[in-house]
Amino acid sequence: MKAAFKFHGGVHPPTHKTESTGTPIAQAALPSKLVIPLHQHVGARAKPVVQVGEHVLKGQTIGQPEGRLSSTVHAPTSGTVSAIDLQLVAHHSGLPDLCITLIPDGKDEWIAHSGVDYKQTPHTELRHLLRQAGVVGLGGAVFPSDVKAYSNKHKIKTMVLNGAECEPYITCDDLLMRERASDILRGAEVLRELLYAEEVLIGIEDNKPEAIAAMRQAVIDDRHEHMQVIAVPTVYPSGGAKQLMRILTGIEVAAGVRSTEKGLQCFNVATAYSAWRAIAHGEPLLSRIVTVTGNVECAQNFEVLLGTPVGELVAQAGSRPDTDKYIMGGPMMGVQLPAATVGITKAANCIIASSPALFPPPLPALPCIRCTRCAEVCPAELQPQDLYWFAKANNFGKAQEFHLFDCIECGACAYVCPSHIPLVNYYRYAKSEIWAREQESQAAEVARERHEYRQFRIEREKQEKAEKLAQKEKAAAVAKAEAAQTPVATPLDPNADPDDTMQLRINAALARAKEQAAAAHPKNTEALTPQQQAEIAEADARRAQAHEMALSDAERKNE
Amino acid sequence: MIAALLVMIGIAVFLGAVLGFSAIKFKVQGNPLVDKIDAVLPQTQCGQCGYPGCKPYAEAIAKGEAEINKCPPGGEEGIRKLADLLGKEFIPFGEGAAPKAKSVAFIDENICIGCTLCIQACPVDAIAGAAKQMHTIIASECTGCELCIAPCPVDCISMLPIGEDITNWKWRYPVFPIRATI
Repeated sequence: MKAAFKFHGGVHPPTHKTESTGTPIAQAALPSKLVIPLHQHVGARAKPVVQVGEHVLKGQTIGQPEGRLSSTVHAPTSGTVSAIDLQLVAHHSGLPDLCITLIPDGKDEWIAHSGVDYKQTPHTELRHLLRQAGVVGLGGAVFPSDVKAYSNKHKIKTMVLNGAECEPYITCDDLLMRERASDILRGAEVLRELLYAEEVLIGIEDNKPEAIAAMRQAVIDDRHEHMQVIAVPTVYPSGGAKQLMRILTGIEVAAGVRSTEKGLQCFNVATAYSAWRAIAHGEPLLSRIVTVTGNVECAQNFEVLLGTPVGELVAQAGSRPDTDKYIMGGPMMGVQLPAATVGITKAANCIIASSPALFPPPLPALPCIRCTRCAEVCPAELQPQDLYWFAKANNFGKAQEFHLFDCIECGACAYVCPSHIPLVNYYRYAKSEIWAREQESQAAEVARERHEYRQFRIEREKQEKAEKLAQKEKAAAVAKAEAAQTPVATPLDPNADPDDTMQLRINAALARAKEQAAAAHPKNTEALTPQQQAEIAEADARRAQAHEMALSDAERKNE
Repeated sequence: MIAALLVMIGIAVFLGAVLGFSAIKFKVQGNPLVDKIDAVLPQTQCGQCGYPGCKPYAEAIAKGEAEINKCPPGGEEGIRKLADLLGKEFIPFGEGAAPKAKSVAFIDENICIGCTLCIQACPVDAIAGAAKQMHTIIASECTGCELCIAPCPVDCISMLPIGEDITNWKWRYPVFPIRATI
């Protein structure tokens, strides 16, 4: 079946996919060390739960999720933890982040693990298993799958399985679908059950006929009634979640609306595969398929342990001496790696070895001529030329008005720009500035609240102190007056009912207390030196003065 | 004639009553301009403006007693926002009032004697501790106002600049050469 709908815009960059599809998925060799970042997913960073020097087994949890939106990190093979420190990671900033370095012992010894029958297992348990297995979206967004595989308020009608893989050079999903179609579909079936979705639409770009055939065959073989494989036209970025949903269902997810509100949810094929491995075999996410391509001798796909240093991985595909940098992801949206020591993460679908010949440095940018070719290709139907204008002028309010946050940073606008303006960089700059300001104003709000509460508290404490002092003073005055008046025991209240023993008891207790107060004497006051006497008198005078001040204070307040 | 006068007087009395009632009922508490100015200020409560907190400074600006360039933590952008809000001209910071890098206070817990003086000085209650107990800064609440540094009798508080890491990293303004016209 062919897709019936289209999304706006899109571009047709050279796909460069055939280079890496000639050979089947190869198992990457065990590297000399693994650098495993603890923040490989959307949400909070995982908390390390191992010590340096500790021996860990394959599949053992080394990073525990923190908070609702987080994921687990595991040891991809058995070995010894050699360091838990800041290491360079695959991030646009080129800044280091907390990583666990593991030296493999070569035994590849598994921790005890076993799968469950998903049909017999409650859904909350299945979601917990996904979280414990560290399953996140492997299409590149790395959003924790247990959070996504849950539909509470919104009924999910259609689950979209994303096998479009629209970005040039990347073929990892293609090969996975060719070789492991039935496991992908089983995983998709689990996710469908979790969402109570009625149907699963599998979108695959029509430049992958082998994958489409394999998936269709698997649907027939395994009798998946709710599933349908749909060939979608090859146009970048058809693999964007909202774009693929639009192609497959015709439903447009508007700005600021979640796809779940429209009854849609989207998973990548590799996510479905790893969900199946986690549920049915108890295997956490320890490795992923990575396309190694670009300036290498033999471009191909590898099954790579997470944390494998990029340099060691590229060497297995035959690195060439003129390689000057590495790109993680595709040429349109990828991250340029700060070093070859960076470890493969869950988001790393492709490593492109780059050379000046392959990716020549960008041409110098010329002024924008407002040709609006960017607007023609923008899949989010934005006005990139206006967004560029506002971002350049730091006019962030206006950029937001023009829906800057609907930009998916696909790079189609920059690709077609005849002035070679790095448009996406401007949008990213504007977005991160807006986020930073948002955070600052939130922090200011908190500080204001705390400051106001502190002032309120200080005022309250002052008042309470004054009131207490005044009350004490009053009570003392009353007691003095009473003691002067009635040195004898208080007579019974004439109005009190003689049978009311409670009243009698209260009166008796009052009398006792008064007697005790009268009997109390200051201790250690015998044999005082004249100097001590003088000090005591001075202190008494001070106290009296303070009482007077407090009294007059309270009186003034009463007035 | 009299009827017309009575009607007019009646209307006047009625409208007056309505106005009087609404003046009491819908009375605006405080000066709304002060709140608007206060919303622009960064709420560090540092007193670098010479007023005991952001609100008093906002009040002084609203009364026209203070210039708008007295708030270093707000940065130049803060001045610009205030200038926009008040319809004034932008004025640069005075000598020695340039904004510093954002930082948080840090208590060297080996030196701290637990005197609580810094706790009393902190405008946002961001220091935890008690008398003769070690104190510590709640870094997430610290505004970096430096008010705790002066009262410390043992100089155990220092300001640590907030470094850049992956969580607070920002994309830079794209800088690239524009080709000279040929």
